[in-house]
Amino acid sequence: MEEEKKGSTSGFWRWAIASVLFRLILVFFPKNLHLSSRPEVSTPLTSLRRLSEGYWLKQSSMSPYAGSMYHGSPLLLSILGPLTALRIEGQPEHLLCGLFFILADIVNAMLIRATGQCLQMAYSQRLKALDLVKLSAASGTIQSGNLAALVYLWNPFTIVACVGLSTSPVENLATILSLYGACTGLVPLAAFGWVIATHMSLYPAILIVPVILLLGYGPDAPPRKVFLQKEYKNGGQSNVQVIFSWRQLVHFVFWSIIWGTYVLVLCGISVKQYAGLQEMIRRTYGFILTVEDLSPNIGVLWYFFAEVFDFFRSFFFIVFHMNILFMILPLAIRLKHRPAFLAFVYIAITATFKSYPSVGDSALYFGLLALFANELADIKFSFFLFCGYIGVSLLSPVMHNLWIWRIILVVESVSAMLDHDRMLMKLVAARKHVDSKS
Amino acid sequence: MELLRRPIFSLLLLLSLPISFPSISLGSAVQGEDGHREEEFTEELLLKPLPDRKVLAHFHFENTAQRTQSYGRHHHLFPKAISQLVKKFAVREMELSFTQGRWNYESWGGFDPISSSNAKPPGVELWATFDVPPDQVDASWKNLTHSLSGLFCASINFLESSATYSAPEWAFQPASGNLRYGTLPREAVCTENLTPWLKLLPCRDKAGISSLMDRPSIYRGFYHSQRLRLRPAKIIADGADSGIVLEQTLTVVLQPNGFRTKSSHSSENKISPTWAMSSLLGRKIEGRCVLAKSSNVYLQLERGLVAELNALKENQEFVGTTVLNDDLIKNPAFEISVKPDWVLKEVGNLPTGSSSLMYGYSIGKSTDSGPFDLHLTWKSPMVWSCPRPPLHASRFLMGSGNERGAIAISLRSTGLNEGLYGSNKDKESCVLPVNVFQVVPWYIKVYFHTIKVFIDEQRKAVPDVIEKIRVSPSEDKVLPGVMEMVLKLPCGVKSAAMTLEFDKGFLHIDEYPPDANQGFDIPSAIITFPNVEAAMHFNQFSSSDKSPLLSRFREKNPVQSYTEVLLVPLTTPDFSMPYNVITITCTVFALYFGSLLNVLRKRASEEERLLRAKGRSSPLSRLLAKLRRKKEVEPQSSTTSSSLFSSKLVVKIILVAAIAICWQYFG
Repeated sequence: MEEEKKGSTSGFWRWAIASVLFRLILVFFPKNLHLSSRPEVSTPLTSLRRLSEGYWLKQSSMSPYAGSMYHGSPLLLSILGPLTALRIEGQPEHLLCGLFFILADIVNAMLIRATGQCLQMAYSQRLKALDLVKLSAASGTIQSGNLAALVYLWNPFTIVACVGLSTSPVENLATILSLYGACTGLVPLAAFGWVIATHMSLYPAILIVPVILLLGYGPDAPPRKVFLQKEYKNGGQSNVQVIFSWRQLVHFVFWSIIWGTYVLVLCGISVKQYAGLQEMIRRTYGFILTVEDLSPNIGVLWYFFAEVFDFFRSFFFIVFHMNILFMILPLAIRLKHRPAFLAFVYIAITATFKSYPSVGDSALYFGLLALFANELADIKFSFFLFCGYIGVSLLSPVMHNLWIWRIILVVESVSAMLDHDRMLMKLVAARKHVDSKS
Repeated sequence: MELLRRPIFSLLLLLSLPISFPSISLGSAVQGEDGHREEEFTEELLLKPLPDRKVLAHFHFENTAQRTQSYGRHHHLFPKAISQLVKKFAVREMELSFTQGRWNYESWGGFDPISSSNAKPPGVELWATFDVPPDQVDASWKNLTHSLSGLFCASINFLESSATYSAPEWAFQPASGNLRYGTLPREAVCTENLTPWLKLLPCRDKAGISSLMDRPSIYRGFYHSQRLRLRPAKIIADGADSGIVLEQTLTVVLQPNGFRTKSSHSSENKISPTWAMSSLLGRKIEGRCVLAKSSNVYLQLERGLVAELNALKENQEFVGTTVLNDDLIKNPAFEISVKPDWVLKEVGNLPTGSSSLMYGYSIGKSTDSGPFDLHLTWKSPMVWSCPRPPLHASRFLMGSGNERGAIAISLRSTGLNEGLYGSNKDKESCVLPVNVFQVVPWYIKVYFHTIKVFIDEQRKAVPDVIEKIRVSPSEDKVLPGVMEMVLKLPCGVKSAAMTLEFDKGFLHIDEYPPDANQGFDIPSAIITFPNVEAAMHFNQFSSSDKSPLLSRFREKNPVQSYTEVLLVPLTTPDFSMPYNVITITCTVFALYFGSLLNVLRKRASEEERLLRAKGRSSPLSRLLAKLRRKKEVEPQSSTTSSSLFSSKLVVKIILVAAIAICWQYFG
């Protein structure tokens, strides 16, 4: 068992290093294989070209938000901007940025791995508490952390997003950081990741629900009802306490406020001489929410808003954004015992319905999906879904249609997770039945 | 008394109008002698043979009005519509041009005053400066565009939207504060624009030089540009309340085709076709416009042509042929039918050594001897070239597809700049500044950080070449992108090029024009050479020193040229099926929402059933019983509430109906 584990870890490192080398080779290709100009890769929000235009405007003492080119964070501009301007003789143009994104991807993969390990350990503990040792042993065969990290690293979407010089690896980094912090109970880290992710792309704001649940209840566990059943079977006493810890929540709020003010102050300093924070918020969040740019991407909204009549525009803004918000509460209620999975579902939904989605967002939730490989092993239509995804991804340059498949994935994975819970319950009930018989 | 006398006087004038024309001219002359000569009008026509066998006809009408209070709102000659416009919107300077065709800078000239001030980009170009505080300039501009739109039957009102006009600061030449500049490259120009323009003339097209404007022959031309320029008169020094000068010009490039049979022989093909004013424009000048102070026709021979003539003459003298006395009108190269009243010679420091000639005819004198017509008969083939700008500018698009591309502005040396700067040998310090002014519509999203400059096909660092740059990036649907820059080129430059990458934007379905697949126009860029002046000085002649045309020639304006208009195809959405898009997208959303909600909701029935099946013998029965009780209570309450709801519903329906009735009744 130990040797097997060792072998798998060495295999993991081999594959991880191979993926990094693969990226390096791609980055050194001239012109980035024209990936950075693909609409799937660089949206108005994540395009590095727009970022360097913003940096150029800033360097020529104009507001980076003058014109409608740059819509990202001013902090990202001051980190990545100088890298875009630096050129190394004889090397492709944005080499330094490419290396930066590769670094971000490596960190992402490591964080996903750590998160996965943490989740798996907690889960197997809980299963042991339920006396489902066999199941926990079965689930232990797949190191979901390693698997997720490898899926993340070798996912063509991730590679394309990283080599295609979109800023989404950095945005993903913030999101994963917050999840990792929440899983391991590092409240300041979780708050920092959440604040930065929200600052950069707004949609991760809804991750506050799973992050708080993660901090309050701890990592994913079987539903409480199972424990209740178990409790009844054992005759009242339970060894697993499922208590929401308010202290962590207060900590989280405190740290979020600190980080939030910190980020706002930094932004305020960097845009002070131009138009101020109000302008920044209008140009970043306003741009995200009002879908001003109608250039094609893999989302639903651009073509819709290019065609819809002007007087319906605001109505449909509300409808489409409500679609994201509507599902927060039902999902949170139903999946409150699995906050990490809840976070995955939220990320998948926002990646589908956000105003400027890119493959970088899909890369993130694919990576997270593999964290739940054990639980989702019996997902329905998995082969069909997989083939559909590949087919559509290959066709997407022709027709940007990825969304219709993503919806099915979300629905199916949620139902599979619930099925898994149901199965656990059934097992517990069956065991209890056997116990009572014997 | 004064008030009474004026109307009577003008009434008398009106009455006497059909009876005798000379009396009016006498009347205006008398007024002129009175000392308060407030308004004057001149009409002039310049004809110029062009190197490529075409003829340029340039009509120039100038109307000056002193801004005085004595007449109140009334004018004798100055068009009232324009003076009202000027007063209402506090226009200091304005230029409006309607152009069709493209000025050929290579063969029609790009260095002389006509080409730098009368060669205009296709479509409509309008710029104006205002005497208002800076915050009211935009409002004045908007009002002005609407007024002009009505006045000239053109869609100038499209220039009202802030996405179409810009405020250049220094690269556009008549640079001063409160300047607004806008173009409509696709505006079709036709007689409906010319007729209101002619209406502004005191004689319209009924008499004088303007009677030459035969519509078919003007619109048959290769290029025509009708221009209206308002400028403050500089007669009074105190400036603020000086008068206003309305300058109306029409520049036409025509192909003489009257005597084509003559040049049918292959040997004679080189000889330019012989033309006459009547064959070119289809009419003759019957007489001057009596309201005009002066009415002149000029024939200009370019420097290159004069140099050729001189060379030819020397040859002939060498051979020993007798040269005619009046070789100005009859020489081995050509023959002019009418003897000019005066001949002017260009003076000043000339780059090429020879000077151009200007033959002047005064129309007032020739009325007695029948209608005025000018014949130019070519006798021997002449090859000459026109004065070209130091660098020939052209602009083109690079890249393919509907997603992105690049604009390239290329400047090619015409060989003239070496002549211009040949005197100072130290070429290191010699610099030719070039101003570039470029407006791009917002849907062409230019990345200004991608500016690349190539000099003599070698890439140069941007700060080495661009001395000064001002950029105002485009904002979606609000502002166009404006780029003003000063290029610092070495004098001996052979070619220079500048590229700028852009992304093509995607428009809302309503924003596409009717023929969306034709593409979208990027207005012309303006290339100015601030150090090179297009001025022509002619030696003064007593009767021509007041000629406004020649005084315009004398003005020191920098050489300016417009580049081509670019046509950019943009991706077009499906115009026919917005409903399909809406329904399909909404279906997808409904599918997502419904199926996810279904998965989440499934528990209630299934687990209930599961628990019910297990629950009877299980120790959970107490809990289940509790649950079940709850479940059983709930439906009852819901049924009671539903009956309640129905009564509520009835009330609601009645309320809505009442509101609807009220609305119908009162609304």
